[in-house]
Parts: sequence; structure tokens; C-alpha cells
Amino acid sequence: MRHILSMLVENESGALSRIAGLFSARGYNIESLTVAPTDEPTLSRMTLVTSGNDDIVEQIKKQLNKLIDVVKLQDLSEGEHIEREMMLVKLRATRDDRDELMRLVDIFRAKVIDVTDVSYVVELTGASKKLDAFIKAVPEGLIIEVVRSGPTGISRGEKGLTV
Amino acid sequence: MPDQPAPGDSSNPANALMQLSGAEITVQALIDEGVETVFGYPGGAVLHIYDALFKRDEIKHILVRHEQGASHAADGYARATGKVGVCLVTSGPGATNAVTGIATAYMDSIPMVVLTGQVPTPVIGSDAFQEVDTVGITRPCVKHNFLVKRVEDLALTIKKAFYIAKSGRPGPVVVDIPKDVTDPNIKIPYQYPVDVHLRSYSPAQRGHHGQIKRAVEKLLAAKRPVFYTGGGVVLGDAAEALTTLVRQLGYPITSTLMGLGAYPMTDKQFLGMLGMHGTYEANMAMHETDCLIAIGARFDDRVTGKIEHFCPHAEIIHVDVDPSSISKTVKVHVPIVGPVQSVLEDMLAVLEDLGGQPDRDALTAWWQQIDQWRGVDCLRYDRTSQVIKPQFAVETLYKVTNGDLYLTSDVGQHQMFAAQFYPFDKPRRWINSGGLGTMGFGLPAAMGVQIAHPDAPVACISGEASILMCIQEMATCKQYDLPIKVILLNNGYMGMVRQWQEFFYESRYAHSYVDALPDFVHLAESFGHVGMRVEKPDELEAAMREAFGMKDRFVFLDVVVDPTENVYPMICAGKGHHEMELPPTMSERELA
Repeated sequence: MRHILSMLVENESGALSRIAGLFSARGYNIESLTVAPTDEPTLSRMTLVTSGNDDIVEQIKKQLNKLIDVVKLQDLSEGEHIEREMMLVKLRATRDDRDELMRLVDIFRAKVIDVTDVSYVVELTGASKKLDAFIKAVPEGLIIEVVRSGPTGISRGEKGLTV
Repeated sequence: MPDQPAPGDSSNPANALMQLSGAEITVQALIDEGVETVFGYPGGAVLHIYDALFKRDEIKHILVRHEQGASHAADGYARATGKVGVCLVTSGPGATNAVTGIATAYMDSIPMVVLTGQVPTPVIGSDAFQEVDTVGITRPCVKHNFLVKRVEDLALTIKKAFYIAKSGRPGPVVVDIPKDVTDPNIKIPYQYPVDVHLRSYSPAQRGHHGQIKRAVEKLLAAKRPVFYTGGGVVLGDAAEALTTLVRQLGYPITSTLMGLGAYPMTDKQFLGMLGMHGTYEANMAMHETDCLIAIGARFDDRVTGKIEHFCPHAEIIHVDVDPSSISKTVKVHVPIVGPVQSVLEDMLAVLEDLGGQPDRDALTAWWQQIDQWRGVDCLRYDRTSQVIKPQFAVETLYKVTNGDLYLTSDVGQHQMFAAQFYPFDKPRRWINSGGLGTMGFGLPAAMGVQIAHPDAPVACISGEASILMCIQEMATCKQYDLPIKVILLNNGYMGMVRQWQEFFYESRYAHSYVDALPDFVHLAESFGHVGMRVEKPDELEAAMREAFGMKDRFVFLDVVVDPTENVYPMICAGKGHHEMELPPTMSERELA
């Protein structure tokens, strides 16, 4: 099963490699990993998507908690939560395809953020599945490149993941 | 800074005013931490620290002959005392040589602080001379590690390193110190933090009371209970509480390789070691038990055998300070996270409150069953042999030392024979590399033990293959007059490898025969020690008595043993506890 883990980690140079290293050393899956500092400059927030049966995910969480640099961990999948991922897509957009592409941008509530004679860069934010759907909807041969942030997430309601 | 030292004066108020360089801070911090002995080897990146060490002369520095020896010696020191072992090595090869010892300590949860020199911060990452990414290399085999980039962070980092190494589930911590951070010309005010708090690290202090009560109730209700205890009981100084609880309940107890001695092995309630080379009675008790209580043990694959066959009838209680050890490989019914000692004391208190008694009739029947298994005599060997049997050598060692010995071991058959035939009655007496299985551990570990306990008898049991892996440390033993006794069970083979090749590779002994062995007697003598060799069983006891009689000499006793002897019982790969291979001389009929 897919799990989305949210972590507060010390904003120190070794923290990311400790976490990535744990996954490779113990043979766990990482589907995606995003990390950036928070409003508290000594802390980074990391969102990690992994998969495995209940026993494996339980062990992943215990091992992560054991790392000295991990301050707090929450399995967002255990409760109501919101996930968002951002994607930038560079599309081949010559005259013939422009109308069709703009329709898709509208339908998906995406934005065109860069234009040349022959290309668009489209920005799209949403659940990962929505991003997948957009890629699928683009006519064949028009995608030049895709860059995705990996999902980030937050729980619903008033409670937060804080120190 | 996320972690500030707790307010308050340094333990030595005079220190508050001292202006110290990074090198001096390193030494002063060790002194303030109460460190008496450091095992190390100098080199370019740590020369400032060595100079500071030279000027202070308050810490005993043991100069090893290879950095692996330093980390094993610090490890042995820690295992024998419960204190944090400390070693100091230079950058690059100094650090990489120490890695085997760090990984050894990590696998067995040994508290250790390893100070490594690093190239100066401005050249880090430039492939400088003797540069290696020490923090990167050691990351998977340490509890935590640090690269200290500013001299201002040095004292606090060392404080954190010691705190992390010894608290919770202990482990090695590496502190990598670039040379410019120890610059003797840059002095800053020094104050050693009294206390340290890490917001991201808070090891469990007590077990959950409700869970402890449930565990005690299950134990009292059990018909066929077994205690299964591990290295955590030794590390957590819980031997006394364990012994009280086990005796009070009258239940059988077995131990892992790492836990031997936590409960007196000569006691009748002790079933012997369990697992791959455990006793028949211990493994059968595991297979038939209806209530297993695991304490400070981690269900290692050498203990469990095939997981599908593990304790098929049991409800399992597991006490461990590390939550990630619980239900890692075997599903546990009553998990208790907490320091083993406090949990056991709480259990004793709950037992008293409940006032309940074990089911005496069931227990009597259970002991009758166990005695029947004991009757199999699974450790039987040929006592009439005209060549020295390794088992006989260990039994003779026990006899000669009256069971009062610190015994370190290398890895292989001799290690298993020692575990089977030398019953330890106290914790911290049996010192060996269980998790990593590091050949070469025994001799340097014995140095650490002997330095910690200068007047105690210390021996290292080894094989001719293992001993050669750190043989250079005989020079260290000479320099510091360490009267260790090396008991070499010399069978000319990597015995355990040979045994597996005999069992599983149709006796194709691929590279397990150690050709061209040195003359160990002369080798020991060339290092300035006493060398002895014994070839006949009837000469062994006298030779050992002579060796141990030389109380102030390092003696290397080369014991020529039967090269064909195998370690039994054995649980082969994919088998359960009830499927042991027993010594071949025993007929199947005697078993029934």
C-alpha cells in the first residue's frame, strides 16, 4: 500500500543522506521525496512517498524515528489529508497544436508560464493523479520534457505537525 | 542552534574561564567526560590533538598497531566496563581502518566515541591528501555521526556524542574533526556543557505499566514458559533484576550468544545457548513453549532459524529499549519499550502486587519434559580422543581458570565451542563479535579488557585464521605489558568454513585450508612474549596452568586440535528449532 510520510528534520547537511541512505540500505522503496526548509529555519519538512505492506511500513516509520535528525514523523495516510504536487511541462506548441493545448490547459486549470514561437511551458498543481491525467491527455509527440516536484501533503483540520 | 547546553556551570568552574584551542578542547572535553583511556594512532590530521594530549598527560593513550585494533580495543573496553570506549585516529586510511571496528560495535550496540581527524575545512571535497568522506563512509554503521566545522561547536558536539553513544540503545558515534578546527593558535572560551538535550532524540525511560502488568499476567498463566534473553540485558546492566525474576518464577531460561553470563550459566534453570548452535533442550523448549518472554534480544536469524517454524505455539512478550527491534522479524503479542533494567524491576513489583503464583503442576511437567531433552546430551563429544578436541580445550580452560575469567573471542568454531563449554556466571565476562562476526576482534578486544581490568585474568580464545587478522597487536601488548593469554585452537582450517563446506558443498574445501602458517611459538617470542605449544590431551591442563601461572606475561598457547571436529548441534538453513543436527555418534533411537 502507498503511504505518504511527513517529517520534520533538523536542517543539517547530513539529514537528507541519512534518510535516503536508510531506504537504500534496508531495501525500502522511495517513490518520491521532497524537502525544503520551513518557517522555522532550523527545521526542514520532508514528504516521502513509499509503499509496502503494513509490517514494512511500520518498520520504515520506526527506523526513521530512530534517526537522530528526524524530529517528528507523521503518516499522513493514516488520516484525512491533502496532497498536492506541482508539475512543469514543456510542450511542442506550433500553430496547429496551440488551440488544442490551450483547451487542455483550461480544462485542467493549468497555466502557461512561458511561450515561444514553437513551445509552451505549462504549470499544473494538483493531486498526482490529476498530473498523470494531464500527461495522458496531451497529444502524442508534443511533450518535450516533464518535471514534477513529487507530492507534498498536510493533514486536514486544526492540528499541525510542529515541534 | 536547536540544542543549547542546559544552563549551569561547567563541572569544573575554573574551566569556564579557560581559553582553549580546538585541540585542547578535544582533550579537555574527554577529561571532563571522565574518559581515562583512549586507543589511537596518530597521523597528520590529528597531530594538533596529539600535541595537546602530550602536554596534558591526564589521559592514558594506548598506541595500537593498526586502527582496526584501536576500535576493537575501545569496544572491548566498553563491553567489559559499561563505559563509553574512545578511540582517536587520523583522516583517510586511519578512519577507513577503524570502520570494521565501528561496524562491529554498531551491530552489537556498544557505546563508543570515535574521534577521526579530517583534512582542513577549506580543502574538504578537493581530494586532498588522506581525505575521505568519513561521515559518508561510516553513516550506515554508526548510531550517529558529526562533522565539526567550527571550533565553537566542538565541546557541545563531543558532549552530544557521548550522550548519544551511551543512552537508549547504545552504539558508536563518530566525530570527524577537520585539522583547522583544532588549530593551536585559535583559542576560544571553553565550557563543557553539563547536560545536553536533543529535541529529536528521547530514548524511552520506563516501560508502559499496563503492558508490564499484562506481561506478568501472561507469564503467570503460562504452562510452558521460557525466558529468552540477549545482549540487551548485559548492556542495560539488568543481570541482577533478571536473575531475581527468573529465580522467583522458577522458569527455564536460555540466552543468545550476546547475553551469556547475564544469568548464571551454571544454574540449573539455565538451558544453555539457543539458536543455530544452541543446545537441544534450549531449542526444543523454544519450539514447545506457550509463552516466550524475550528480553533485550532482537530475534536475529542465527537465533530464530526459519521464521515460519519459530515458536509456533507461543504468545510472545518482548522487552527492548529500541522500538524498531520489536516485531521486526517476529510478530510480538505484548511489546514493552523501555530500559530492560527498569522494566524487569517493574515486573518484580507487579508480581508482588498481584501476589499470584505460577502453575506449579504445569511447571513440574514442563521441567520433566526439559530434563528429558537434557538427557539427549547434545554437547557430547569423544572424550577418549588421542588428539585434543576443541571442546576439551575449552573445558580445560574453564577448569584451570575456575570460571573466573574475562574471555574474548574471535569468530568461528572456537567461538561456538567457548559459548557452549565455558559457563559464565557473570555479565561482561564473555566478549565477542556476535552481530558482525568480525574475525580479528579477539586480541585487540582483550587489550581493551585488560586495560580496563589490569589485575583480572583475561584470555582470548581464537583460531589460527582469526588471530592472524590482528596479530600485529602483540606489539601493543608488549609495549603496555598486557598479560593476556591467547588460547589458540589451531586446526589448520577456517574451521567453520570447513564445516559448512563439508555439510553443504560435498567436502570441497575451497580455500579454507590455511597453508603456510607461522610458527606461533617463535612468532610470539619475536614480539617479546612467551610462546607455548601443546599437541596431546594429557599435556593440556599442565600447559594451561603454566600459562596462567605467568601472571605478568603475555602467553601465546598454540593448542593443536582435531581438524575434523564440527560444532553440534546445528540448525541448518531453512530449518526450525526442532530440526537440529545432533552429533553423529548419537543414534536416532536414543533421541526417542
